[in-house]
Amino acid sequence: MSSDSNPLVALAFTFALMSLFAVGGANSAIPEMHRVAVDVQHWLTDKQFADVYAISQLSPGPNVLIVTLIGYSVAGIAGALVATLAMCVPTAALALFVSRFLARSSHARWPAIVQAALVPLSIGLMGASGLILARTSDRTLAAVLVTAGAAVLASATRLNPLWMLVAGGCLGFAGLIG
Amino acid sequence: MSPDSPPAAIPAPELSKSTAKPPTLIALFVAFAKMSLAGFGGVLVWARRGIVDQHRWMTADEFNETFALCHFLPGPNVVNLTFVFGSRFRGLCGAIAAFSGLVGPPVVIVIILAALYQRYGEIEVLRRILAGVACAAIGLMLSAVFRMMTPLLKRRDVVGLLVMIAVFVAIGVLRLPLPAVLLVAIPLSIAITFAMRRNAA
Repeated sequence: MSSDSNPLVALAFTFALMSLFAVGGANSAIPEMHRVAVDVQHWLTDKQFADVYAISQLSPGPNVLIVTLIGYSVAGIAGALVATLAMCVPTAALALFVSRFLARSSHARWPAIVQAALVPLSIGLMGASGLILARTSDRTLAAVLVTAGAAVLASATRLNPLWMLVAGGCLGFAGLIG
Repeated sequence: MSPDSPPAAIPAPELSKSTAKPPTLIALFVAFAKMSLAGFGGVLVWARRGIVDQHRWMTADEFNETFALCHFLPGPNVVNLTFVFGSRFRGLCGAIAAFSGLVGPPVVIVIILAALYQRYGEIEVLRRILAGVACAAIGLMLSAVFRMMTPLLKRRDVVGLLVMIAVFVAIGVLRLPLPAVLLVAIPLSIAITFAMRRNAA
């Protein structure tokens, strides 16, 4: 993990490799993104990482956009594009290949077993994502209450999640979170 | 389900049940850009609505099958789905058109936000607002975890829950590298699932 090499190459390599281990989607890879970007490469501070996650949730589009933001903070617009493509293209190509292969043969049993086996892994990974982000952001009682409130509302109602983000932003603006 | 206007020129026999004509490249780009820009906190719901309900490019079953495949493969699920979906209609060009629609416009938005953050991120008010948004966003993620966990709890799937907790501790608490954890956890979990299904059968 040398830091003196070209940052674009480092970004491309990091996220292309990471995408192949993103079982269950981009959110499952957040602990690994945090480990690499904050602890190993020192691209971002802990607080910047939490901010980047918040911005990615505030903008429309797929969850993978957090990678775009990490890329941007490392190497500007070129970094944003390289990181995004590195995270998307290898696994998309794999998906394309596998879907063509499955369309032509009848290995219908294996995907079901593999999928059932991967579900607990991806839940564990997403739980770890929540823990790692909460450790940075939920430092006060009020902050914990906002997180808990959003979790309960999102589980119990069909409210558009954007409203909860807006409400969180308003509470922060009012200085209630600290 | 109109049997007329067969899309004979398109080599996509597995999609013959859908009613609509195959979309053009521009239609793919526009449709996925719309779904993506509507999708705050996840695009999947909008993708289903657009592909199945609005355009009728796939039946609900076809959509579920395709999504299941893209969910069990690694990587961003909706990106995978978009790629596979686009290619079924228009080959590699279709995949690229749909992918560009899904990712292009939000990437532009997020880069603008990132530039603003870099310039103004240290301003006290903005810092407070972002902190509030982050707290709420974490809550949304926890609710997604809870929703995914419910079927395991209902089935009293003890083994699944143990695997889940082991991965959570290894990654979230011990902070072990993801590849190392998965290289152990994936084969183990597949072996257990396979053995249990064989016993049940």
